[in-house]
Amino acid sequence: MLAGVERIRADARAATEAIAELDPEAVVHLAVTSVPAEPGGRAAMKEQNVIGSMQVLAAAQAASGLRKLVVRSSTAAYGASFRDPAVFTEDTEPRAVPRGPFARDILDIEGYVRGFRRRRPEVAATVLRFAPMISSTAETSLTRYFAQPVVPTVLGRDARLQFVHVEDALEVLHRSVIEDHPGTYNVAGAGVLMLSQAVRRSGRVALPFPESALSTGAALLRNLGVEQIGLDQIDLFVHGRVVDTSRLIREFGFTPRTTAVAFEEFIRAHTAGSTVTADRLATAERAILDGIRRVRAAAEATPAGVPAGSDRS
Amino acid sequence: MSQDEYRRDVLPGHAEFQLPTPAPVQRVNGRRPIPERPADRPADGADVWDQRVAEGLAFLRRRLAGAYEVDEFGFDPELTDALFQPILKVLYRDWFRTEVLGIENVPAEGGGLVVGNHSGTLALDALMLTVAMRDKHPQERHLRLLGADLVFRMPVMSELARAAGATVACNPDAERLMTGGQLVGVFPEGFKGIGKRFADRYKLQRFGRGGFVSAALRTGTPIIPVAIVGAEEIYPILADLKPLARLLGVPYFPVTPTFPLLGPLGLVPLPSKWLIQFCPPIPTAHLTEFADDPLVVYNLADQVRETIQATLHELLEKRPDAFGP
Repeated sequence: MLAGVERIRADARAATEAIAELDPEAVVHLAVTSVPAEPGGRAAMKEQNVIGSMQVLAAAQAASGLRKLVVRSSTAAYGASFRDPAVFTEDTEPRAVPRGPFARDILDIEGYVRGFRRRRPEVAATVLRFAPMISSTAETSLTRYFAQPVVPTVLGRDARLQFVHVEDALEVLHRSVIEDHPGTYNVAGAGVLMLSQAVRRSGRVALPFPESALSTGAALLRNLGVEQIGLDQIDLFVHGRVVDTSRLIREFGFTPRTTAVAFEEFIRAHTAGSTVTADRLATAERAILDGIRRVRAAAEATPAGVPAGSDRS
Repeated sequence: MSQDEYRRDVLPGHAEFQLPTPAPVQRVNGRRPIPERPADRPADGADVWDQRVAEGLAFLRRRLAGAYEVDEFGFDPELTDALFQPILKVLYRDWFRTEVLGIENVPAEGGGLVVGNHSGTLALDALMLTVAMRDKHPQERHLRLLGADLVFRMPVMSELARAAGATVACNPDAERLMTGGQLVGVFPEGFKGIGKRFADRYKLQRFGRGGFVSAALRTGTPIIPVAIVGAEEIYPILADLKPLARLLGVPYFPVTPTFPLLGPLGLVPLPSKWLIQFCPPIPTAHLTEFADDPLVVYNLADQVRETIQATLHELLEKRPDAFGP
């Protein structure tokens, strides 16, 4: 797929030089991380997300031959509030600045894209707001979370989740480069899985914690460098996030596979940690039903008041 | 300008509106509603208990395996029909002896905005309305409630509300549900309605900015006013401890004859007699372009309000004894 493609490994600053040198027709900016990486932590993450995007967009703005800009964003751009509508369309504004670092970075990046659109209105700028990606092989903080045998959840909350299959995300990206689709698009699989439902379907065991305990616990673990579950994930698990994808389907002429189908594929590749599988439940159901039938048959065969075996004489 | 000319010039909505003349009162208080018996009794001698056990186990297995569907608002029809509705129906039928009038005014299909009066300290009237709709409507429709954001702030409560089909009261959600052909239930009085004192019972409070009307106008959905009598007497509010309410972050802290005196026992509602009357729908399809006209919106909201108020008085005449049979 990448035959005949020259690859340049460079950090954001060097990438800006490369853009200036190559005078490209299209710039696709995907370097956005959702969790703090090991060396550098949150500072490095912000450096890459915000400063990196700023530099790339500045370089793109200076490229005179540019016709197209594609920027990866996330549905985290809608923030998380209790007064949010249940389904976000592309026009929904976040009600407050979100507390999660990734969501804040996303809002900054989209702000830079807005500035870019103002200054270079002739360039077709596409912003793709991706739902959390999932597939049999993808490795994200969310897939690691669902791969655990016991999954921590928020007590008294059950989030509505949506996923997008990695291949569908790539297809949308591909089409946004070879076709012209200026604007902002939600990219997610249709349908909704509740967090509890997703945990049950994957055969895992949910372990609910109060929200405050989960926040402090996650912060402690983060300091120890164990698991990278952050405020972004906790906000997602408290509020849930569902987007409307009718604009994507209409403009791109492409329907990503549904959330349930994408998640099903993930489950099939991660059966190792599951304890309560659908098969085991079905077996248990049959066993209990047979047991009850046998007990009832025995009770009916023995009329009340007549001790068993008394008719043998 | 003569009166006629003036009337021709005004915007649609209020000018041609007249309260319907009430029909002669027929008292329903004093006779018990006919008890319902489940119609589908298997008469062929099949093993009923075996069937029930098998169904129950299959339900449990589906729940534990996550093999059910939830819509984008979090509505879980299976759980609602198997768990919430049967529990609420006991309250609806045996405790409140609810009678439903005018169910034929609710459209058989397509969107509809059901607008009701709100009362009763805890929003039991909204829940009873969903039961009435499921129980009495020929198509057994689900009513999708719009709730205050306070409901969705509370853990557990928020998830129960979503699973039962409710969502946050905001125009995007309401319009999305209505364009999806759902029946939406809204109580524009909000906390002013359920938190009012017993002395102010059956006096409709302010209807806010009429956001529900603009949502209906934008989608061309008919508005069905509904009057609910009986909820005012279930927890009569004698006083409202405002400082305590502010401390707890709730809109009001009610003092009823039984709460907080009897503690959790005060949560048992008094067994008042309930009447629910659906009024004829107000079509809005011809007014779509006026969705942003504050005057049309306000007039329509007023029309809905007056219809409900008049129907409430009518129902109260039918029910002279709040705790009668």
